[in-house]
Amino acid sequence: MSDPAFLEIAVNAGLVLSSGLALLAGYRVVRGPTTPDRVVALDTIGTNVVAIAVLFALASGFGPFILVSLVLAIIGFISTVAVADYVTQGDIIE
Amino acid sequence: MSEIGLLRAAAVTLFIAVGGFFLAVGTIGLLRLPDVYNRLHATSKATTLGAASMFLAGFLYYGPGGPGLTSLVGIVFLFLTAPTGGHLISRAAHRMGVPFFGDAAWPFEDDSE
Repeated sequence: MSDPAFLEIAVNAGLVLSSGLALLAGYRVVRGPTTPDRVVALDTIGTNVVAIAVLFALASGFGPFILVSLVLAIIGFISTVAVADYVTQGDIIE
Repeated sequence: MSEIGLLRAAAVTLFIAVGGFFLAVGTIGLLRLPDVYNRLHATSKATTLGAASMFLAGFLYYGPGGPGLTSLVGIVFLFLTAPTGGHLISRAAHRMGVPFFGDAAWPFEDDSE
């Protein structure tokens, strides 16, 4: 890697920050009083993992790894829609 | 990897810093706000902006083609799906009867949509 040193420091610091925030959001998953709280917290964890995937693509220098973050965003949206349907109607595909 | 210039590296660092800030604001809001509906404000706006800023850093790093184009697609996708997901969760919470914090109320109690 021929990047400047401060860019690698920033990418690593962003990785550490995003990972810590995903762990902190896990507190709301465990403690959250209602089910929608847990869904919102899992959605936040998903968004943090998307950021982690982008930063890992920058850190490793392997460009197509950004596709992983795109797929993670799609999976997070689909799971949010599915759970929001499930908790109100009891089934997803009627 | 190709050599990227000093100015571009500085811009990528700036976008990573902005993204980390907004991710931190969104997650702290998720932990500290008192209500599902209030927590949705923090997560569906601030956290989405943070992840979009990270994608923008990836676009600046890789340039307009290949992985950079994937980053732009990711930004568009996040901005399309985050309000939809937030609206669906909020409606599900309303149908489940999750109460408001404090003395807030729905403006029209008749239509449940």
